[in-house]
Amino acid sequence: MTKVEMTVNGKAVAADAEGRTLLSHFLREELKLTGTHVGCDTSQCGACVVHVNGEAVKSCTMFAQEAAGADVRTIEGMAESDGSLSVIQQAFQDHHGLQCGFCTPGMVMSTAALLSENAKPTETEVREYLEGNICRCTGYHNIVKAIMAASGQDVSDIAAE
Amino acid sequence: MYEFDIEKPSTVEAAVAALADGDNMALAGGQTLIPTLKQRLAAPEKLVSLSGIDSLKHIGMDSGPDGDFWRIGAGMTHAHVALETEDGNFTTLSRVAGNIGDPAVRNRGTIGGSLANNDPSADYPAVVLGLGGTVVTNRREIQSGDYFQGLFETALEEGEIITEVHLPVPEISNYQKFVQPASRFALVGVFVAKFADGVRVAVTGASEDGVFRWSEAETALSGDFSASAVEDLQMEDGHMIEDLHGTRAYRAHLVKVMTRRAIQAAV
Repeated sequence: MTKVEMTVNGKAVAADAEGRTLLSHFLREELKLTGTHVGCDTSQCGACVVHVNGEAVKSCTMFAQEAAGADVRTIEGMAESDGSLSVIQQAFQDHHGLQCGFCTPGMVMSTAALLSENAKPTETEVREYLEGNICRCTGYHNIVKAIMAASGQDVSDIAAE
Repeated sequence: MYEFDIEKPSTVEAAVAALADGDNMALAGGQTLIPTLKQRLAAPEKLVSLSGIDSLKHIGMDSGPDGDFWRIGAGMTHAHVALETEDGNFTTLSRVAGNIGDPAVRNRGTIGGSLANNDPSADYPAVVLGLGGTVVTNRREIQSGDYFQGLFETALEEGEIITEVHLPVPEISNYQKFVQPASRFALVGVFVAKFADGVRVAVTGASEDGVFRWSEAETALSGDFSASAVEDLQMEDGHMIEDLHGTRAYRAHLVKVMTRRAIQAAV
Protein backbone atom coordinates (compact mmCIF):
# COMPACT_ATOMS: atom_id res chain seq x y z
CA MET A 1 0.00 0.00 0.00
CA THR A 2 1.13 3.49 -0.85
CA LYS A 3 -0.53 6.72 0.20
CA VAL A 4 -1.73 8.42 -2.98
CA GLU A 5 -2.48 12.12 -2.95
CA MET A 6 -4.21 13.99 -5.73
CA THR A 7 -6.64 16.80 -6.35
CA VAL A 8 -10.12 15.61 -7.27
CA ASN A 9 -12.68 18.18 -8.37
CA GLY A 10 -10.62 20.92 -6.77
CA LYS A 11 -10.24 19.20 -3.40
CA ALA A 12 -7.03 17.67 -2.06
CA VAL A 13 -7.57 14.00 -1.26
CA ALA A 14 -5.40 11.15 0.00
CA ALA A 15 -6.00 7.44 0.39
CA ASP A 16 -4.07 4.18 0.33
CA ALA A 17 -3.74 2.31 -2.95
CA GLU A 18 -2.01 -0.89 -4.01
CA GLY A 19 0.09 -0.88 -7.16
CA ARG A 20 -2.70 -2.64 -9.02
CA THR A 21 -5.46 -0.28 -7.83
CA LEU A 22 -7.04 1.34 -10.88
CA LEU A 23 -7.94 5.01 -10.85
CA SER A 24 -11.60 4.04 -11.40
CA HIS A 25 -11.48 1.77 -8.35
CA PHE A 26 -9.72 4.44 -6.29
CA LEU A 27 -12.35 7.05 -7.14
CA ARG A 28 -15.30 4.74 -6.50
CA GLU A 29 -14.17 2.62 -3.57
CA GLU A 30 -11.80 4.91 -1.67
CA LEU A 31 -13.28 8.33 -2.41
CA LYS A 32 -16.86 7.06 -2.81
CA LEU A 33 -17.25 9.04 -6.02
CA THR A 34 -19.46 6.49 -7.72
CA GLY A 35 -20.49 8.74 -10.59
CA THR A 36 -17.56 7.35 -12.57
CA HIS A 37 -18.94 4.12 -13.97
CA VAL A 38 -17.14 0.91 -14.83
CA GLY A 39 -18.86 -0.71 -17.78
CA CYS A 40 -16.53 -3.07 -19.59
CA ASP A 41 -13.33 -2.71 -17.54
CA THR A 42 -11.46 -3.39 -20.79
CA SER A 43 -10.95 0.14 -22.13
CA GLN A 44 -13.67 -0.18 -24.75
CA CYS A 45 -16.83 1.49 -23.42
CA GLY A 46 -15.69 4.83 -22.01
CA ALA A 47 -18.15 4.93 -19.10
CA CYS A 48 -15.14 5.49 -16.81
CA VAL A 49 -13.73 8.55 -18.62
CA VAL A 50 -12.39 11.24 -16.29
CA HIS A 51 -9.97 14.10 -16.85
CA VAL A 52 -6.41 13.85 -15.57
CA ASN A 53 -4.58 17.17 -15.83
CA GLY A 54 -7.21 18.30 -18.30
CA GLU A 55 -6.99 15.27 -20.59
CA ALA A 56 -9.71 12.63 -20.99
CA VAL A 57 -8.52 9.18 -19.93
CA LYS A 58 -10.16 5.85 -19.27
CA SER A 59 -9.82 5.53 -15.51
CA CYS A 60 -10.15 1.74 -15.73
CA THR A 61 -6.91 1.69 -17.70
CA MET A 62 -4.73 3.87 -15.52
CA PHE A 63 -3.31 3.04 -12.11
CA ALA A 64 -4.22 5.29 -9.17
CA GLN A 65 -0.53 5.64 -8.36
CA GLU A 66 0.05 7.01 -11.87
CA ALA A 67 -2.38 9.82 -11.04
CA ALA A 68 -0.52 10.78 -7.85
CA GLY A 69 -0.16 14.55 -7.71
CA ALA A 70 -2.51 15.03 -10.65
CA ASP A 71 -5.52 17.27 -11.00
CA VAL A 72 -8.45 14.91 -11.58
CA ARG A 73 -11.95 15.91 -12.59
CA THR A 74 -14.91 13.54 -12.47
CA ILE A 75 -18.59 13.85 -13.30
CA GLU A 76 -19.18 14.98 -9.70
CA GLY A 77 -17.14 18.08 -10.51
CA MET A 78 -19.11 19.07 -13.59
CA ALA A 79 -22.11 20.90 -12.14
CA GLU A 80 -21.97 24.63 -11.47
CA SER A 81 -20.97 25.76 -7.99
CA ASP A 82 -24.60 26.45 -7.06
CA GLY A 83 -25.50 22.85 -7.91
CA SER A 84 -27.25 23.61 -11.19
CA LEU A 85 -26.38 21.54 -14.25
CA SER A 86 -23.52 22.61 -16.48
CA VAL A 87 -24.26 23.63 -20.07
CA ILE A 88 -23.26 20.17 -21.31
CA GLN A 89 -25.33 18.32 -18.72
CA GLN A 90 -28.34 20.54 -19.40
CA ALA A 91 -28.02 19.90 -23.12
CA PHE A 92 -28.03 16.13 -22.53
CA GLN A 93 -31.25 16.54 -20.57
CA ASP A 94 -32.86 18.93 -23.05
CA HIS A 95 -32.11 16.74 -26.08
CA HIS A 96 -32.77 13.41 -24.41
CA GLY A 97 -29.13 12.40 -24.80
CA LEU A 98 -29.52 9.56 -22.34
CA GLN A 99 -31.88 6.74 -21.57
CA CYS A 100 -30.55 4.37 -18.92
CA GLY A 101 -27.80 6.85 -18.09
CA PHE A 102 -25.01 4.35 -17.50
CA CYS A 103 -22.72 5.73 -20.21
CA THR A 104 -23.63 9.36 -19.47
CA PRO A 105 -20.81 10.26 -17.05
CA GLY A 106 -18.25 9.16 -19.63
CA MET A 107 -20.16 10.88 -22.43
CA VAL A 108 -20.25 14.16 -20.50
CA MET A 109 -16.55 13.98 -19.63
CA SER A 110 -15.60 13.18 -23.24
CA THR A 111 -17.80 16.04 -24.42
CA ALA A 112 -16.12 18.46 -22.06
CA ALA A 113 -12.72 17.35 -23.37
CA LEU A 114 -13.86 17.69 -26.97
CA LEU A 115 -15.31 21.17 -26.50
CA SER A 116 -12.18 22.39 -24.74
CA GLU A 117 -10.12 21.28 -27.78
CA ASN A 118 -12.66 22.24 -30.42
CA ALA A 119 -15.29 24.76 -29.40
CA LYS A 120 -17.50 24.27 -32.47
CA PRO A 121 -17.08 20.70 -33.72
CA THR A 122 -18.87 19.46 -36.82
CA GLU A 123 -21.25 16.52 -36.53
CA THR A 124 -18.57 14.27 -38.07
CA GLU A 125 -15.99 15.49 -35.56
CA VAL A 126 -18.37 14.79 -32.69
CA ARG A 127 -19.05 11.27 -33.91
CA GLU A 128 -15.33 10.60 -34.39
CA TYR A 129 -14.51 11.90 -30.94
CA LEU A 130 -17.08 9.58 -29.36
CA GLU A 131 -15.31 6.56 -30.89
CA GLY A 132 -14.34 5.36 -27.43
CA ASN A 133 -17.70 5.92 -25.73
CA ILE A 134 -20.32 3.25 -26.18
CA CYS A 135 -24.05 3.79 -25.57
CA ARG A 136 -26.38 0.82 -25.92
CA CYS A 137 -29.65 2.78 -25.60
CA THR A 138 -29.82 5.91 -27.65
CA GLY A 139 -28.31 5.09 -31.02
CA TYR A 140 -26.13 8.19 -30.47
CA HIS A 141 -28.25 10.65 -32.47
CA ASN A 142 -29.52 12.54 -29.46
CA ILE A 143 -26.12 12.47 -27.81
CA VAL A 144 -24.61 14.07 -30.89
CA LYS A 145 -27.42 16.58 -30.93
CA ALA A 146 -26.87 17.43 -27.26
CA ILE A 147 -23.16 17.97 -27.85
CA MET A 148 -23.78 20.21 -30.86
CA ALA A 149 -26.31 22.18 -28.82
CA ALA A 150 -23.90 22.47 -25.90
CA SER A 151 -21.39 24.04 -28.27
CA GLY A 152 -23.98 26.68 -29.14
CA GLN A 153 -24.78 25.38 -32.62
CA ASP A 154 -28.12 25.06 -34.34
CA VAL A 155 -29.26 21.45 -34.11
CA SER A 156 -32.52 21.65 -36.03
CA ASP A 157 -30.93 19.96 -39.09
CA ILE A 158 -29.36 17.05 -37.25
CA ALA A 159 -30.86 13.67 -37.94
CA ALA A 160 -33.24 12.56 -35.24
CA GLU A 161 -34.04 9.05 -36.45
CA MET B 1 -4.57 -8.68 -11.47
CA TYR B 2 -1.86 -10.28 -9.40
CA GLU B 3 -0.26 -8.00 -6.82
CA PHE B 4 2.68 -5.82 -7.77
CA ASP B 5 4.31 -2.59 -6.69
CA ILE B 6 4.81 0.48 -8.84
CA GLU B 7 8.05 2.44 -8.85
CA LYS B 8 8.17 5.80 -10.58
CA PRO B 9 11.75 6.86 -11.32
CA SER B 10 12.49 10.29 -12.75
CA THR B 11 15.49 9.38 -14.91
CA VAL B 12 16.20 6.73 -17.56
CA GLU B 13 19.21 5.56 -15.52
CA ALA B 14 17.05 4.94 -12.45
CA ALA B 15 14.46 3.11 -14.57
CA VAL B 16 17.13 0.87 -16.08
CA ALA B 17 18.45 0.10 -12.59
CA ALA B 18 14.93 -0.76 -11.42
CA LEU B 19 14.47 -3.08 -14.40
CA ALA B 20 17.67 -4.99 -13.59
CA ASP B 21 15.53 -7.44 -11.67
CA GLY B 22 14.13 -9.62 -14.44
CA ASP B 23 10.71 -9.98 -12.77
CA ASN B 24 10.06 -6.26 -13.16
CA MET B 25 8.39 -4.74 -16.20
CA ALA B 26 8.37 -1.28 -17.75
CA LEU B 27 5.03 0.57 -17.78
CA ALA B 28 4.57 3.21 -20.49
CA GLY B 29 0.99 4.36 -21.18
CA GLY B 30 -0.37 0.99 -20.12
CA GLN B 31 -3.04 0.82 -22.81
CA THR B 32 -1.98 -2.73 -23.68
CA LEU B 33 -0.13 -3.73 -20.54
CA ILE B 34 -2.99 -3.00 -18.12
CA PRO B 35 -5.53 -5.14 -20.04
CA THR B 36 -2.84 -7.86 -20.17
CA LEU B 37 -2.35 -7.65 -16.41
CA LYS B 38 -6.10 -7.80 -15.86
CA GLN B 39 -6.17 -11.10 -17.72
CA ARG B 40 -3.33 -12.34 -15.54
CA LEU B 41 -1.20 -12.92 -18.60
CA ALA B 42 1.69 -11.17 -16.89
CA ALA B 43 2.86 -11.36 -13.29
CA PRO B 44 5.54 -8.73 -12.68
CA GLU B 45 7.01 -8.26 -9.22
CA LYS B 46 7.11 -4.54 -9.86
CA LEU B 47 6.09 -2.14 -12.63
CA VAL B 48 8.62 0.53 -13.42
CA SER B 49 6.58 3.49 -14.61
CA LEU B 50 8.25 5.60 -17.27
CA SER B 51 5.66 8.38 -17.04
CA GLY B 52 7.70 10.46 -14.59
CA ILE B 53 10.75 10.69 -16.85
CA ASP B 54 10.67 14.17 -18.39
CA SER B 55 13.61 13.48 -20.71
CA LEU B 56 11.39 11.09 -22.70
CA LYS B 57 8.83 13.81 -23.47
CA HIS B 58 10.05 15.93 -26.35
CA ILE B 59 9.44 16.24 -30.06
CA GLY B 60 11.10 18.31 -32.74
CA MET B 61 12.72 18.46 -36.15
CA ASP B 62 16.39 17.76 -36.52
CA SER B 63 18.67 17.32 -39.49
CA GLY B 64 21.45 14.86 -40.18
CA PRO B 65 23.63 13.79 -43.12
CA ASP B 66 20.62 12.04 -44.70
CA GLY B 67 18.27 15.00 -44.40
CA ASP B 68 15.60 16.16 -42.01
CA PHE B 69 14.10 13.85 -39.43
CA TRP B 70 11.66 14.06 -36.55
CA ARG B 71 13.19 13.29 -33.18
CA ILE B 72 10.43 12.02 -30.91
CA GLY B 73 10.80 11.12 -27.24
CA ALA B 74 9.50 7.65 -26.42
CA GLY B 75 7.18 9.02 -23.74
CA MET B 76 5.22 11.20 -26.16
CA THR B 77 1.55 10.26 -26.20
CA HIS B 78 -0.24 9.69 -29.48
CA ALA B 79 -2.34 12.81 -28.81
CA HIS B 80 0.75 14.99 -28.38
CA VAL B 81 2.49 13.55 -31.45
CA ALA B 82 -0.66 14.27 -33.46
CA LEU B 83 -0.85 17.82 -32.12
CA GLU B 84 2.83 18.67 -32.55
CA THR B 85 3.01 17.43 -36.16
CA GLU B 86 -0.32 18.88 -37.25
CA ASP B 87 1.32 21.72 -39.18
CA GLY B 88 4.54 21.44 -41.10
CA ASN B 89 6.31 19.04 -43.37
CA PHE B 90 4.96 15.70 -42.20
CA THR B 91 1.23 15.83 -41.61
CA THR B 92 0.87 12.11 -42.42
CA LEU B 93 2.44 11.40 -39.03
CA SER B 94 -0.16 13.60 -37.34
CA ARG B 95 -2.99 11.74 -39.05
CA VAL B 96 -1.58 8.34 -38.09
CA ALA B 97 -1.12 9.30 -34.44
CA GLY B 98 -4.52 11.02 -34.37
CA ASN B 99 -6.28 7.87 -35.55
CA ILE B 100 -4.88 5.36 -33.10
CA GLY B 101 -7.58 3.93 -30.81
CA ASP B 102 -9.83 6.67 -29.44
CA PRO B 103 -9.15 10.07 -27.83
CA ALA B 104 -8.84 8.75 -24.26
CA VAL B 105 -6.47 5.98 -25.36
CA ARG B 106 -4.41 8.52 -27.33
CA ASN B 107 -4.00 10.61 -24.17
CA ARG B 108 -2.23 7.71 -22.42
CA GLY B 109 -0.63 5.49 -25.04
CA THR B 110 2.92 6.41 -26.10
CA ILE B 111 5.01 5.89 -29.22
CA GLY B 112 7.69 4.10 -27.21
CA GLY B 113 5.16 1.77 -25.61
CA SER B 114 3.61 0.93 -28.95
CA LEU B 115 6.98 0.13 -30.52
CA ALA B 116 8.17 -1.90 -27.54
CA ASN B 117 4.98 -3.97 -27.69
CA ASN B 118 5.10 -4.40 -31.50
CA ASP B 119 1.52 -5.54 -31.85
CA PRO B 120 1.12 -7.09 -35.32
CA SER B 121 -1.85 -4.78 -35.97
CA ALA B 122 -0.48 -1.55 -34.48
CA ASP B 123 -0.02 1.56 -36.63
CA TYR B 124 3.38 2.89 -35.52
CA PRO B 125 5.40 -0.17 -36.61
CA ALA B 126 4.26 0.48 -40.20
CA VAL B 127 5.30 4.13 -39.92
CA VAL B 128 8.74 3.40 -38.48
CA LEU B 129 9.50 0.56 -40.90
CA GLY B 130 7.96 2.45 -43.82
CA LEU B 131 10.25 5.42 -43.17
CA GLY B 132 13.36 3.41 -42.38
CA GLY B 133 13.37 5.06 -38.97
CA THR B 134 15.69 4.46 -36.07
CA VAL B 135 14.74 3.24 -32.60
CA VAL B 136 17.09 4.73 -30.02
CA THR B 137 17.49 3.01 -26.65
CA ASN B 138 19.52 3.65 -23.52
CA ARG B 139 22.20 1.42 -25.10
CA ARG B 140 22.22 1.85 -28.88
CA GLU B 141 20.52 2.90 -32.10
CA ILE B 142 18.58 0.17 -33.89
CA GLN B 143 17.58 0.47 -37.56
CA SER B 144 13.92 -0.33 -38.19
CA GLY B 145 14.85 -3.27 -40.42
CA ASP B 146 16.61 -4.92 -37.48
CA TYR B 147 14.20 -3.78 -34.80
CA PHE B 148 10.94 -5.57 -35.74
CA GLN B 149 11.41 -9.33 -35.37
CA GLY B 150 7.95 -10.87 -35.52
CA LEU B 151 4.74 -11.04 -33.46
CA PHE B 152 5.34 -8.90 -30.36
CA GLU B 153 9.07 -9.56 -30.88
CA THR B 154 11.66 -6.81 -31.11
CA ALA B 155 15.42 -6.43 -30.88
CA LEU B 156 15.05 -5.00 -27.36
CA GLU B 157 16.99 -6.91 -24.73
CA GLU B 158 16.25 -7.33 -21.03
CA GLY B 159 16.37 -4.00 -19.28
CA GLU B 160 16.65 -2.00 -22.50
CA ILE B 161 14.38 1.06 -22.77
CA ILE B 162 13.42 3.00 -25.88
CA THR B 163 14.34 6.64 -25.38
CA GLU B 164 13.73 8.18 -28.81
CA VAL B 165 12.51 7.44 -32.29
CA HIS B 166 14.02 9.12 -35.34
CA LEU B 167 11.75 9.37 -38.37
CA PRO B 168 13.18 10.66 -41.69
CA VAL B 169 10.85 13.08 -43.46
CA PRO B 170 9.77 11.70 -46.86
CA GLU B 171 8.94 13.75 -49.97
CA ILE B 172 5.39 12.43 -49.84
CA SER B 173 3.71 9.74 -47.80
CA ASN B 174 0.36 8.32 -46.80
CA TYR B 175 -1.07 5.73 -44.46
CA GLN B 176 -4.29 3.90 -45.17
CA LYS B 177 -5.84 1.81 -42.44
CA PHE B 178 -8.74 -0.57 -42.87
CA VAL B 179 -10.05 -0.30 -39.34
CA GLN B 180 -11.24 -3.27 -37.35
CA PRO B 181 -14.19 -1.37 -35.91
CA ALA B 182 -14.32 -2.89 -32.42
CA SER B 183 -10.64 -2.57 -31.53
CA ARG B 184 -9.68 0.36 -33.81
CA PHE B 185 -6.54 -1.59 -34.69
CA ALA B 186 -5.66 -2.07 -38.35
CA LEU B 187 -7.22 -5.10 -40.00
CA VAL B 188 -4.70 -4.09 -42.63
CA GLY B 189 -2.72 -0.86 -42.70
CA VAL B 190 -0.29 0.25 -45.41
CA PHE B 191 2.24 3.04 -45.10
CA VAL B 192 3.76 4.33 -48.33
CA ALA B 193 6.67 6.81 -48.37
CA LYS B 194 8.51 8.29 -51.33
CA PHE B 195 12.08 9.45 -50.78
CA ALA B 196 14.55 10.88 -53.28
CA ASP B 197 16.26 7.49 -53.50
CA GLY B 198 13.18 5.25 -53.70
CA VAL B 199 9.85 4.18 -52.31
CA ARG B 200 9.14 2.17 -49.16
CA VAL B 201 5.93 0.26 -48.45
CA ALA B 202 5.26 -1.18 -44.98
CA VAL B 203 2.28 -3.33 -44.11
CA THR B 204 0.77 -3.90 -40.66
CA GLY B 205 -2.17 -5.99 -39.48
CA ALA B 206 -1.79 -8.56 -42.23
CA SER B 207 1.08 -10.91 -41.52
CA GLU B 208 1.61 -13.63 -38.93
CA ASP B 209 5.19 -12.34 -38.79
CA GLY B 210 4.16 -8.80 -37.86
CA VAL B 211 4.93 -5.66 -39.82
CA PHE B 212 6.75 -6.24 -43.14
CA ARG B 213 7.92 -4.42 -46.28
CA TRP B 214 6.26 -5.25 -49.57
CA SER B 215 9.38 -5.26 -51.71
CA GLU B 216 7.69 -6.01 -55.05
CA ALA B 217 5.50 -2.93 -54.62
CA GLU B 218 8.52 -0.84 -53.61
CA THR B 219 10.36 -1.82 -56.80
CA ALA B 220 7.34 -1.15 -59.00
CA LEU B 221 6.60 2.19 -57.33
CA SER B 222 10.21 3.39 -57.44
CA GLY B 223 9.94 3.33 -61.23
CA ASP B 224 6.38 4.62 -61.49
CA PHE B 225 4.75 6.15 -58.42
CA SER B 226 1.15 5.57 -59.43
CA ALA B 227 -1.68 3.31 -58.32
CA SER B 228 -1.57 1.43 -61.61
CA ALA B 229 2.03 0.35 -60.91
CA VAL B 230 0.84 -2.16 -58.30
CA GLU B 231 -2.15 -3.35 -60.33
CA ASP B 232 -0.50 -6.49 -61.66
CA LEU B 233 1.23 -7.45 -58.42
CA GLN B 234 -0.04 -10.38 -56.41
CA MET B 235 0.33 -10.46 -52.62
CA GLU B 236 0.98 -14.02 -51.49
CA ASP B 237 -1.49 -15.02 -48.77
CA GLY B 238 0.55 -17.86 -47.21
CA HIS B 239 1.79 -15.82 -44.26
CA MET B 240 -1.34 -13.70 -43.77
CA ILE B 241 -3.26 -13.69 -40.47
CA GLU B 242 -6.52 -15.60 -40.55
CA ASP B 243 -9.09 -14.98 -37.81
CA LEU B 244 -12.79 -14.29 -37.37
CA HIS B 245 -12.35 -10.80 -38.84
CA GLY B 246 -10.91 -11.95 -42.16
CA THR B 247 -9.40 -14.81 -44.12
CA ARG B 248 -5.87 -14.94 -45.47
CA ALA B 249 -7.08 -14.22 -48.97
CA TYR B 250 -9.15 -11.26 -47.75
CA ARG B 251 -6.19 -9.73 -45.97
CA ALA B 252 -3.91 -10.29 -48.97
CA HIS B 253 -6.49 -8.54 -51.12
CA LEU B 254 -6.75 -5.66 -48.65
CA VAL B 255 -2.98 -5.12 -48.73
CA LYS B 256 -3.18 -4.28 -52.41
CA VAL B 257 -6.31 -2.17 -52.04
CA MET B 258 -4.83 -0.17 -49.16
CA THR B 259 -1.54 0.29 -51.03
CA ARG B 260 -3.41 1.64 -54.02
CA ARG B 261 -5.46 3.99 -51.85
CA ALA B 262 -2.34 5.23 -50.07
CA ILE B 263 -0.69 6.09 -53.39
CA GLN B 264 -3.80 7.81 -54.68
CA ALA B 265 -4.08 9.84 -51.48
CA ALA B 266 -0.38 10.70 -51.48
CA VAL B 267 -0.05 12.09 -55.01
